[in-house]
Order: sequence, then C-alpha cells, then structure tokens
Amino acid sequence: MGSFAYVAPKSVAEVTGLLSEIAGSGSRAQIMAGGTDVLVQLKTVDRSARTLVDIKGLPETARLEIGESETYIGAAIPSAVLNENADLTALFPGLTEAADLIGSTQIQGRASIGGNLCNSSPAGDSIPALIANGAVCVIAGTGGERVLPVEDFVTGVGRNALADDEFLLGLKIPNPGPRTGDAYLRFIPRTEMDIAVAGCGVRLDLDEQGICTAARVGIGAVAPTALLVPKAAEALIGTAVDDAALAAAADACSEAASPISDKRGTVAFRRKIIGVLMKRAGAIARDRAAARS
Amino acid sequence: MSKVHVTTRVNGDPVEFLCTPEQTLVDVLRDTLDRTGTKEGCSTGDCGACSVLLNGRLVCACLVLAVESEGAEVTTIEGIATEEGLHPIQEKFLEHAALQCGICTPGFIVATKALLDKHPEPDEETIRYWLAGNLCRCTGYDKIIRAVQDAATTLAHEA
Repeated sequence: MGSFAYVAPKSVAEVTGLLSEIAGSGSRAQIMAGGTDVLVQLKTVDRSARTLVDIKGLPETARLEIGESETYIGAAIPSAVLNENADLTALFPGLTEAADLIGSTQIQGRASIGGNLCNSSPAGDSIPALIANGAVCVIAGTGGERVLPVEDFVTGVGRNALADDEFLLGLKIPNPGPRTGDAYLRFIPRTEMDIAVAGCGVRLDLDEQGICTAARVGIGAVAPTALLVPKAAEALIGTAVDDAALAAAADACSEAASPISDKRGTVAFRRKIIGVLMKRAGAIARDRAAARS
Repeated sequence: MSKVHVTTRVNGDPVEFLCTPEQTLVDVLRDTLDRTGTKEGCSTGDCGACSVLLNGRLVCACLVLAVESEGAEVTTIEGIATEEGLHPIQEKFLEHAALQCGICTPGFIVATKALLDKHPEPDEETIRYWLAGNLCRCTGYDKIIRAVQDAATTLAHEA
C-alpha cells in the first residue's frame, strides 16, 4: 500500500481546519469514510503519499434523520445500515436498492452513498438514484456550510465540486408525497457484483387520476458524469406514464447519453440499453407511486 | 513512520498492539496477533477470504485499517467455535464436504454466521446473494449452499 498518515477528527471544524492546513502545506489530504474505494486505490492505482482524514466519527456524517419534509443521510453511513432501516427503504425504495447493488455484503458493511458520490465514478450506482430523488449535498468548508444539487456535484471522471478545504457532510432528500414513487435499475452482464454498463433512476409524482405531475430522471455510466435528463421528465409529465410516454422518455435518455465503448459495452449498446432501463424503471416508479396512496 | 497504539477486542479478549497507519486489520490479525485463521486472498475486497465481524458487521479485513479497530469488537474465525466444540456451521461444512483447499472457508463460515444471525431461515437466493462476496474456486458453491441450509435447519431446531 502507498504511504500515508491517518487522522480521525471528532468535529467538523477540526476536519476543515486540517484540510486547509494540509492543502496550505502543499501536501495531499484524502477524505475517507468506509474506505472501500480509497483503500483499493491506495493499494493499486494511486500510491502517492497523503493524509487520510477519517470522517466516520463525526455526528454529522453518521446521522440518519427522517424529518417531516426531508430526509438527511450522513455521508459516512454504510449502505447496509440504510437497507436495514425499514422506514427509509419504504420511503426511497429506488435509492436504497441502488445502494444495495454496490458490492458484496462485506463491502456494504462499510461503503456509503456519500463515498460513492465523492468517488465520482461515471458508473456509481447511487448517483442517478440520488439525482432522480432531487438530493442535495450538504458540504462543509472553513467558511461554513453550503448546499449543491447532486447533479452539479460531479464535474468529471473522478472529479467533483469539493474545494481543498471542503468535504461532504451528508445528503438532504425531499420526502415523497402521497403518490410519489422512485426506482433505479442498472444493466450488468451478470446478476451480482459488477459495475454498471448503464443505470437509470426515476422518481415521479402522480395526481389522483394517475397523471404524472412531476418527474426527475437520472442516468449513469453513459456519459463522463451521471446526468439529470429534463427532457425525459418532460416526456412523462402530463401523461399517465403509459407506454408511449415511457418510449418518449427512453428516446430522450438515449439522446442525452454520450457513452464510450469499453469491455463492458459499446456506444450503440449503451445508448439502446439506457432507453430500455428508462422504460422499466419508469414503470416501476409509476406502479410504486400508484400503490403508495 | 511512527507506530500507533491500538486497544481493541478480538473474540472477546482485550488486545493491544502497535501498528503503522498503512497496516490493515488482516495484516495485524495474522502477523502481529498470530490469529492466522483469517486468510488474505485478493487484498482488494473482492474475494471475501478475510471476512471478519467488526462491531458485529461483516466486513473485509483487508479494507479496514488496523487503526480503525480502536475501541471495536472484532470477531474472527477463531471466535466461532466454542469450548464445547465446533459451531454447527463448521460441522455442516465438514459434513457436506463444502471445502477443498480451505483458503476461502474461514471467510465463508464467518459470513454464514453473520447471515444466520440476521436471517435464521434464508432461502437459497438469499444465501447466494449474501455469500456473493465470498469466492471459492474449488467447490462450485453447491456444497457450500447445502451446508449453509443444513446449518440453518440445525440452528433453528436448537433455538
């Protein structure tokens, strides 16, 4: 493994102070939560020296709070903990299923959706599901806290909007309304333990007649970053989310995609499959919304 | 690099050790504490050979820094059997010949313990998904699944 120092601060101010001190000295800090990406990178692709700043011990990164209108998920909470919370999985089945797709039981004992987001891979499964759910990042820095929509957080492959003195505290997600449903689906060539070839998250609201009044669609692994697809949402709003509307939303996703060809899939395949995932995830979100009331 | 002093518990015993920040929990378990039952396979969290329980939660010890075990409760394969004898999960792995070379076995048994503590009567699909992070290149898995099913039945009768 690469050479590093390790610190586990106990307060937000201590973390931001350390981050700015390390950046000021010209050396490198790396935030760590569950470490399932960070430690693998340190063992393989990037062994350069740094200080690991473990943020698991902060109350703000470990807090899970289901409020009246929104839910706060601390950035360091392992996905296994999220999926054991029946209230959370009932509110956000699509998001928690996305978290449940990342890695094995062992990985999920440590890995967090905050870490998945900060790792900023194009294929991170939780990111399209967070985007679909309208999640907002709560970011701490030396100047205080700021918020940023998840779709604006990831800026490139492995890059994000965090400044040198900043780290992710948690995610705020608006709670579903009386007829809201979400879903996330990904395609992988096997049934488990793989990285998304394409992934699609959908959240939508229905009115009492079953007409879609609001929608958000996030797509992943088909562009340098996960994307919000407003045109796919527009194709659903005002419809009963029937086959024609789902097909139009699927076309919007295929159009928004700018994928690469690699060993997991070609450009043409990814463009096609992202549409198929949109249709299927959209239908699940619709049925969940209808079943909720 | 200066060493860090860590106080933890391994299989119920208070343990203290010195480690560098770079040492993983599996490094310290095997090389410092002589608990060599935990095996290291891939070192990148893919194979599950190093599975241990950290505060009751199943994790890969190769992706836990030893310093992170400060104040924690660690359970390894050495903590599964009791003074009375092997744990029923271990008995069933032997009975069903659910192992050949044995490198993956401690990880499978620890992972199975975590599974059956949480889901005492898992169906086959639940077992296969739960154990998807434990790789075995000898058995083809079927014997392992049978052993886990039989252990679940045995433990349910004992309860």
